[in-house]
Amino acid sequence: MTFSIFLQQLINGVSLGSLYGLIAIGYTMVYGILRLINFAHGDVLMMGCYFAFYAILIFSLPWWVSFPIGIFLTALLGIAIDRGAYLPVRKAPRISALITAIGVSFFLENLGLVLFGGRPKPFHRPPVFGKVLEWGDIRFLTLSLWIPSIAFFSLLLLLWVVYRTRTGRAMRAISRDMETVRLMGVDVNRITSITFALGSALAAAGGIMWALKFPQIDPYMGIIPGLKAFVAAVLGGIGNVLGAALGGLLLGLVEILLVALMPSLAGYKDAFAFLILIGILLFKPTGIIGEKLPD
Amino acid sequence: MTYDGEADLRVRQKGLPGEPLKKEGRPMRNVFAGMGVVFSLLILAGWCLAAERVKIGAYLPMTGAVAAYGQDARTGIQIAMEMEPAVLGKKVGFVLTDTKSDKIESANAVSRLIEKEKVVGIIGEMISGDTMAGAPIAEKARIPMVSPTATNVLVTQGKKYIFRVCFVDDVQGEGAAKYAFHTLKARRAALIVDKAQDYCVGLAKFFKDNFTRLGGQIVAETFCVTEDKDFSAQLSTIKLANPDVIYAPNYYSPVALFTRQARELGVKTPVLSGDGAQAEELIQIGGKEVEGVAFTGHFHPQAASTRLAKDFISRFHKKYKADPNAFNALGADAYFVLLDAIARAKSTEGERIRAALAKTKNFEAVSGKLSIGENGNAVKPMVINAVKNGKFIYLATVNP
Repeated sequence: MTFSIFLQQLINGVSLGSLYGLIAIGYTMVYGILRLINFAHGDVLMMGCYFAFYAILIFSLPWWVSFPIGIFLTALLGIAIDRGAYLPVRKAPRISALITAIGVSFFLENLGLVLFGGRPKPFHRPPVFGKVLEWGDIRFLTLSLWIPSIAFFSLLLLLWVVYRTRTGRAMRAISRDMETVRLMGVDVNRITSITFALGSALAAAGGIMWALKFPQIDPYMGIIPGLKAFVAAVLGGIGNVLGAALGGLLLGLVEILLVALMPSLAGYKDAFAFLILIGILLFKPTGIIGEKLPD
Repeated sequence: MTYDGEADLRVRQKGLPGEPLKKEGRPMRNVFAGMGVVFSLLILAGWCLAAERVKIGAYLPMTGAVAAYGQDARTGIQIAMEMEPAVLGKKVGFVLTDTKSDKIESANAVSRLIEKEKVVGIIGEMISGDTMAGAPIAEKARIPMVSPTATNVLVTQGKKYIFRVCFVDDVQGEGAAKYAFHTLKARRAALIVDKAQDYCVGLAKFFKDNFTRLGGQIVAETFCVTEDKDFSAQLSTIKLANPDVIYAPNYYSPVALFTRQARELGVKTPVLSGDGAQAEELIQIGGKEVEGVAFTGHFHPQAASTRLAKDFISRFHKKYKADPNAFNALGADAYFVLLDAIARAKSTEGERIRAALAKTKNFEAVSGKLSIGENGNAVKPMVINAVKNGKFIYLATVNP
């Protein structure tokens, strides 16, 4: 493998990896604060894509208006899911919430099927994302620069919210002891709704980036990114936002480079991700950086 | 003695001990109830007899990875039903089940059609993997099955009740190899094969065998799976091998995404695909990057010559203001061929329909003149189509 090919694969890997990371930080944040693995995260991602898609299609809004609208609507969806599905089982054992999350996942997928139809739809890629940049032998889309930037920016935003705002302090407190926080007079339900809104908004952002990179959306599109984000989050240390970003990057790089070095194994690309999951759970279940409660 | 009104009431309600409780009007009520039941049964029987239909079932992928094929086939069948709504003097009843593009669901769907819906014939499925899952069940129950587009050799092999109205992959692979070698003048071919689908693996093998037999060279063979979105690794391998043609015998989504990414990475090599590429999603998702993609296919309106075809195309134009594609046409053909067999068999018995199907000769179907030959496979011409100016255009016909 020549150096330029290696560099090309590296760029591909960073692009894919930061995409996984962006989706993973929303995933892991919800776990870190609420101890809930939101299996519906991938499907919330899917709904975000459709919101943005229809905003462009029906209202002919330019992308820089419809993407934020899509993200905003998805945040509202997140709040609705929290209030409707997770709030009633807040006091129940954790397994109930987990099963509810799976139920929400199925519900969203089939709702998508009914509302949007089973056939995939083409997602419009605005030219600012689709320009091909060349650097010697290496070619990549401007999208490959946008995605790491947005992921990095989202990470900073999330860290700022969690560590530098009052709401963030409440979130961190809830992750330690929800009952006591309630006794302190904090409106726990409001804070968890905000947590979900934030997580869902990040899912939508990740989803829109995913749809820009792979311009085809269908109701089941969220399953694979959701699972990969889960693996990334566990890899980095579930609950740890920085870990999720790093885990995502690592996962993307490993996926691309492994296939580049051993092309005959390309069909098993997804299997690698899950082998990594099994490996991490067996040998270092707390993840690379370590399971960390925010503060 | 005080009057115990309550006890009195109780006695009135319960009756004196030993006395059977009689209520006023009970015998009359019995008569009315009985007459009501008899009338309902008569009406029900009459309704059943009057509405007796020849029930045909279809198991199609309406959702999932290949939803386009199932939905297009259903549209074709609907128009075919308008054209021929009855057989043997009875109306045709149609039952549809969704296989979700999944093998297990396909098997379940066939079981449901046979056991619950009691159909006399089955149309489906659209892809080889799912059809191979559903076929053994129909074979065992001795219900004839006609697949519109399952092209893998193994679908009908060793089975008596399974038929298809399309060509088979050995023919398709040969046709593709000849097109690549003679028309595209390609001598070096690279492959990208969807490992998860029987159709893709089978077709790739036939292409490889034929291409090398003609004197060409396979310079790279890469793999993916159906749900894959990222092909950058495979494309690097292909780019390095510098082929004259890329053979991508996969379904429309992977072909669209792969070709787009190929063009983005600067790979300008012509892409050749199989009949799975002919869904409008290929153009919608592929955009201008799929211009020039060519593929072996079943149907193009320009190549249509039979009376049935012209009628079908004009009805399709009137209803949908667009050209029908291969899956519309073949869905309709499966229906027409099945109905024709039932009519010739003069019976709805599985064995008789099967015998009539096997004898189908020179049937003028929408996609061309077809005969059912060895193994229940259709012997018919193949077309080469391509994408130009955002539409599917017709290039050539390859006769059997």
